[in-house]
Amino acid sequence: MKKIFFFILSISLFILIFSQEKPILTFLGEDTPDSIVKNFTIDASDIPNDGGGGIELKWDSPEILKDWFISIIRIDEDGKRVLLTTDIPILSKQVRDVNSEEEPDRVIDSKGYNYWGILSKKFITEELLQILLDTFDFKEGLYSFNDDTFFVLSKTQMVYSKASWFNFLRLAVLISLIIISLTFLYYLNLAKKGKDLYIRKINGLDAVEEAVGRSTEMGKPIMYILGIGYVTDIPTIAGLTILGRVAKKVAEYETKILVPSYDPVVMTTAQEVVKEAFTEAGRPDLYNKNDIMYITQDQFGYAAGVDGMMMREKPGAIFLQGLFFAESLILAETGHSIGAIQISGTTETAQLPFFVAACDYTLIGEEMMAASVYLQKEPMMLGSIAAEDFLKVIIMSILVLGFLLSFLGSGLKIEFFKNLFDILYQALQV
Amino acid sequence: MALSSNFWIWIAAILTLAIYSFLYKDNPFYKFAEYLLVGISIGYGISVYWHNTIITKVFNPLVYDKNFLVLIPLLLGLLMFSRFFKNVAYLSRIPIAFVVGAGTGLSVPSSFEFLFKQVYATMPTKLDIGIIIIVIGVISTLIYFFFSLEHKGFVGRVSRVGITFIMVAFGAAFGYTIMARVSLFIGRIQFLLSDWLGIIK
Repeated sequence: MKKIFFFILSISLFILIFSQEKPILTFLGEDTPDSIVKNFTIDASDIPNDGGGGIELKWDSPEILKDWFISIIRIDEDGKRVLLTTDIPILSKQVRDVNSEEEPDRVIDSKGYNYWGILSKKFITEELLQILLDTFDFKEGLYSFNDDTFFVLSKTQMVYSKASWFNFLRLAVLISLIIISLTFLYYLNLAKKGKDLYIRKINGLDAVEEAVGRSTEMGKPIMYILGIGYVTDIPTIAGLTILGRVAKKVAEYETKILVPSYDPVVMTTAQEVVKEAFTEAGRPDLYNKNDIMYITQDQFGYAAGVDGMMMREKPGAIFLQGLFFAESLILAETGHSIGAIQISGTTETAQLPFFVAACDYTLIGEEMMAASVYLQKEPMMLGSIAAEDFLKVIIMSILVLGFLLSFLGSGLKIEFFKNLFDILYQALQV
Repeated sequence: MALSSNFWIWIAAILTLAIYSFLYKDNPFYKFAEYLLVGISIGYGISVYWHNTIITKVFNPLVYDKNFLVLIPLLLGLLMFSRFFKNVAYLSRIPIAFVVGAGTGLSVPSSFEFLFKQVYATMPTKLDIGIIIIVIGVISTLIYFFFSLEHKGFVGRVSRVGITFIMVAFGAAFGYTIMARVSLFIGRIQFLLSDWLGIIK
């Protein structure tokens, strides 16, 4: 009895499964009731001024199609299909086929690509998408699938992504780079000829000697924190330059410097800088590479590690010079709580207020960049400071000119000045 | 009050308290949490480097894309390990020099672009009191950062206006960030009182 029951059940299930109709993709013809859909085209072109990894697709979006969606499939010259986008509103008018270097299906320089657009009033189902990507023989026209209709557009012309030698959008940057380089050369030449160049007093830097001296008298080490930047960050590079000067003073005073690091490359560079400074000061024997150590590359793990080290080593002076983010206040407050003299500096405007509040001296932004020049006062480096100041004059002149043109153009409604302002405004757009 | 029965919530709560115990003074609980955090973050960092750098940027391009140019940065990277061998330790300077040089070179144009964007954003497209304050603030701040002129007389007075603008901006940023930090602290206290102790809902 049981066997018969299971037999009947199996037969019923078999019939049930195979009697269900699979949705069939049906070609309804090349014509569509809507001529606007029929004439809809996608224009594919290489994105200029890039490294060759991008294609831009544009289309006109008639008001009548405002409720429609577009899905786009890319087919490369080897026939490989990749879904670029699915169900984006037609009103968006464009999409860029750009992916990161890590993406294996990204657009590659000098390879040819076609694009197929699929217009639909409803979202395309996963099932249909799979058919389109796997087996569908693209032919322009109207199709139906699961009672839904969609329209396959004619494929675009084969388009090649090309890498550009120059990014012309950055022409203004190139011109300004040339002007700035010439200005630097001019001032360096002046310095070479022996012109006396001046650098104003920077308070925090006058305290370096005081901080190192105080620490030595107290028999405590000095701690130098470079923040959580990488060796490619300009504030970290400036921090490393100041480290060289501080380390030289440390060697002269025969004391100890601790440099807890966030990044292994920064740590290695700091080791080289300190070693060179100790050698320059004539005390290479005092250099201990283990004093420049790696903590971790996790922001708050680093903050916790450095805080703990501060509490245990109790440094007499702490230098916070580099790139800092949310950990700045944690570090500066701990340093303050152990009574260390603190000299900080960063270019991060969001962190400077904390340094100003918790440290004895703070180098604000560019003061940090000028610090190495101030500590060394080499004529050639002073030339670069003078050149920077000249460039600030240029920036101020542009701002004043812009203000005057805006006042005459928009304020007094003089068309000529308004046009001049527009030209200036456009020139600054990079 | 309904104490949490979730083991991981207990772990998170105990570690939170261990870290906050630093507010009293350095102690063994803080040390434990600190070493745990540093250790775990290093381990996590290694796994991230393994997947995001070794696999994605070296293994995949070499094996799948047959991009043998990857061997150059790979060799430079391997040179960093020469530091472990005293007689060839100097070779590690090559990748450092490359990274510092290339990094600085890459930073220069982007810094310029940033400068352009700043000047562009400061341009007075409309005339009102706000834009006048912005222009005065920018110019006086720039004068504060003049290093080759002594800050005396007119320059001194303008630079004082500049540093006043800077300090006002710092004050605003300070308040804004403190607000964000307080909300983070509130979030943590909520976790302790709600998820862990179940005192509040």
